[in-house]
Amino acid sequence: MTDTSIEAREIDRSQMRVSDELAIEITDMNKWYGTFHVLRDINLSVYRGERIVICGPSGSGKSTLIRCINRLEEHQSGRIIVDGTELSSDLKNIDKIRSEVGMCFQHFNLFPHLTILENCTLAPIWVRKVPKREAEETAMHFLTKVKIPDQANKYPGQLSGGQQQRVAIARSLCMRPRIMLFDEPTSALDPEMIKEVLDTMIELAEEGMTMICVTHEMGFAQAVANRVIFMDQGQIIEQNEPREFFNNPQSDRTKLFLSQILGH
Amino acid sequence: MSDTHAQTVRFVRESMLPPAEPPTKERGAVKWVRENLVSSWLNAILTILSIYFIWYVVSHVAPWFLNGIWDASSLSECREIRDATLGPDAEAACFAVIADRWQQLLFGFYPQDQYWRPVLALVAFFVALAPVLFPGLPKRMLWFTAASPFVMFFLIWGGSIWGPIFIALGFVIGWLVWRFLAPVAGPILALIAAIIVPILYWYFVAGLAATEAGGLIPIGLERVESRDLGGFLLSIIIGLSGIILSMPLGILLALGRQSDLFLINKVSVGFIETIRGVPLIVWLFTAQLILGYFLPPGTTFDITLRVIIMVTLFSSAYIAEVVRGGLAALPKGQYEAADALGLDYWKSMRLIILPQALKISIPGIVNTFIGLFKDTTLVVFIGLLDPIGFSNAIRASTDWNGIYWELFVFIGVLFFIFCYSMGRYSLYLEKKLAREHR
Repeated sequence: MTDTSIEAREIDRSQMRVSDELAIEITDMNKWYGTFHVLRDINLSVYRGERIVICGPSGSGKSTLIRCINRLEEHQSGRIIVDGTELSSDLKNIDKIRSEVGMCFQHFNLFPHLTILENCTLAPIWVRKVPKREAEETAMHFLTKVKIPDQANKYPGQLSGGQQQRVAIARSLCMRPRIMLFDEPTSALDPEMIKEVLDTMIELAEEGMTMICVTHEMGFAQAVANRVIFMDQGQIIEQNEPREFFNNPQSDRTKLFLSQILGH
Repeated sequence: MSDTHAQTVRFVRESMLPPAEPPTKERGAVKWVRENLVSSWLNAILTILSIYFIWYVVSHVAPWFLNGIWDASSLSECREIRDATLGPDAEAACFAVIADRWQQLLFGFYPQDQYWRPVLALVAFFVALAPVLFPGLPKRMLWFTAASPFVMFFLIWGGSIWGPIFIALGFVIGWLVWRFLAPVAGPILALIAAIIVPILYWYFVAGLAATEAGGLIPIGLERVESRDLGGFLLSIIIGLSGIILSMPLGILLALGRQSDLFLINKVSVGFIETIRGVPLIVWLFTAQLILGYFLPPGTTFDITLRVIIMVTLFSSAYIAEVVRGGLAALPKGQYEAADALGLDYWKSMRLIILPQALKISIPGIVNTFIGLFKDTTLVVFIGLLDPIGFSNAIRASTDWNGIYWELFVFIGVLFFIFCYSMGRYSLYLEKKLAREHR
């Protein structure tokens, strides 16, 4: 894994404070795909300012879990409350939550027919009704933050994978979200590009953003997360603060997973 | 170059040799012929066969075409001229029929002194189309585009100017209702009101108001009846109306077919499959015969309008399937990214999904449009006088009895110009979009 690249960097923890205000509350949530029980009795409370890493073997339901938080997937029972609003089939609530919760995907999902700048200003202009000029200023601010302001007028197809993922992060940030979800943001990238994306995510964490990341980057988890959650077969098996999680895993399945993923 | 010279280093050449030409076999026309026509034995044989074929066709058609007689008043006179100048065995086209009857082939029975009106309407059409086809033009031209259907209707059919104005007003009313009701009553209620209020207005108010206004301020053009429309003018009216109206309808049907809402989905699928599964000619007969039964008694419903409606429905079913292909080709991530940003359904469709799906579908869409445009010639079977209909009518006169090829060549050329331009525009658009997005 690429943990060495992260340890080289001093992480500023001054802004990383977990408050006692709830950002996300999931109680007794279940989800099925047809007859397949993907998520079983999920209970999870996320406090504002938390940086949570979710890991686990593939098919364990990690991605499905965070996709339920902004309703890209529908849950069948239990409750999900995001930022004080409960997710139900009410479309207004869903759109409200989606505009407050940013998301980055494994395959970036930038809009190929729009320039980088247009990608970043589209949602603020059409959802938040921000005037175009103001939206462009915001977009340039965040593009500068992810260190690609000079690519603003190019199309996504002209950028490298790492650059595209950073644009995707900037695009989410332009909506000024209160929570960020990352669904395996580095899995589709070449090793030398992983670092630039992780650096951007670390900066975000340093500013106190509430983040939930599905990732296999254990170095990132150790350096940034305040809680690591291990999932298997649709259940949360174990959760702990990173040092305890890695050094002293409780369940056998966690031990096996960690030995496999850290072994090489 | 550097400061290394023959004086210091002996083996460096000081003056360059003049560039030599490649051997004759690798040069210019000879090279091109070698590479493209006779690169192998098979290729050489095919080349010879192709040349023979081209020569065969040209040698038969060219004399007929070049000997064409333009100045005669009947087919028999044409033959006399040919016999006198070229001899009885010579082949000569009798283009005199086109010189004699081109007005009818183009305009039907449209009054001769009013020909400027359809021509102006066509110009208006291209002006209206320009800002849609070429995004570089000023956005304000789109206002004319919105008004152009009424302008063209008024120019072609004539009558009082108030009719089209009060009909157009109905759309403005619908838009206003939507605009002011949507924030108060929600989109669904506002949409229903925005559809019902204009219909009521058209039914009860528009006709009366137009008559009244016409009585007060009579402005208008000489009225031209639908039965006087004909020739290529009719093809263009039906074809272009069909193309323009079927595009939005086809997109809505494609979205409907993808919808999760049960009823909308089934209605769209049912509509598409029914329309597609039955030949156009059957629908045209339906338009001619049956559509009248569904309308309230006493309403006369223009036959041209009925045909336009049928052609529109027919091609919208095809457009729907072409667009559906484009929608299905988009990766799921695009839908998810649009959702995750909080865009609602219509915004994500309009801003993210459709621009990409339509781009993929351009060749299919243009193909459908070309097909539709040519299929308008089928209206000859329900008694409308499109160019084919007129070619029959012209042949029925004693002067031109027995003339086929000249008329069909002329009609073919007219259609070819339109269809080829559409194909070229489609290529231009594809190249332009490919350049922008990559």
